[in-house]
Amino acid sequence: MKFIRIFLIISIILNFNFLKADEVKTENKIAKNLRCLICQGQSVYDSDSEFAISLKLVIKNKIQQGLSEDQIYSFLKMKYGEWILYDPVFNRNTYFLWLLPILIFLAGGAIILKKFIIKNN
Amino acid sequence: MKSKLFTLILVLTFLITFVIFFKGLKSSNIYTPNTILEKKIPSFELKSFENNSIIITEKIFKDNEYYFVNIWASWCIPCKEEHKFLMELKKNGKIKLIGFNYKDNFKNASSFLKDLGNPYDIVVSDKDGTRSIEWGAYGVPESFLVYQSKIIKRFIGPINNENLSEIQKIIK
Repeated sequence: MKFIRIFLIISIILNFNFLKADEVKTENKIAKNLRCLICQGQSVYDSDSEFAISLKLVIKNKIQQGLSEDQIYSFLKMKYGEWILYDPVFNRNTYFLWLLPILIFLAGGAIILKKFIIKNN
Repeated sequence: MKSKLFTLILVLTFLITFVIFFKGLKSSNIYTPNTILEKKIPSFELKSFENNSIIITEKIFKDNEYYFVNIWASWCIPCKEEHKFLMELKKNGKIKLIGFNYKDNFKNASSFLKDLGNPYDIVVSDKDGTRSIEWGAYGVPESFLVYQSKIIKRFIGPINNENLSEIQKIIK
């Protein structure tokens, strides 16, 4: 009986740790996707500034409140603007940014096609 | 013909690159946030600075009055600079000053207020800085002018004489 009880307690603790580990994982993932606004070229995850420390705490609290990753992003976007996200949203201002690599890729492909394939024929 | 075209393209590419970088050199690399962010003030509970009693925002902010929310800390040097302007603002009876004591300890903060004077009507303490994040703040010092539960103006960094006269113009 005692053995079962101990086993149960241990398994509960272990399960709890797994949950915690998941939380920390998403916490870090979110922090890595956020720009530390008062540092230069650092993510919130990398920074130890007061701003970043508080922001990490906020993320932690929000996760514990049960908010999803996307909800946390949109919350921070509302507070600090899109600039805080490392991954720029696809909209009118960022069409060029998102489409340029594809355009360059297509142009490169066209050049290769013209130079090698059509020439050989 | 072909080599001429090539040179032309090369020169043009360098020229355009140069112009872009030259222009970039002059533009400010300090990010100034978009001011058309969320304007409604966040609601939350905070601990009072003096006696740890809980203060709810809805009870602080009344609709027809101006409020100046100032985030400060005793360890922050620019806060000392702006303090005299806050004292000046205090003299204008039409505005209420609310101090957010940011990541500070009680002893240092109260001696700061004792030495330089206390311009605040209410001081609340934000021990871990999470409440300031709710306001969309970057750090200390930072101030918000609030009217009808909306942020109508935001000051990042210490306020100066110009800001002071601007505020006084708005609340007149």
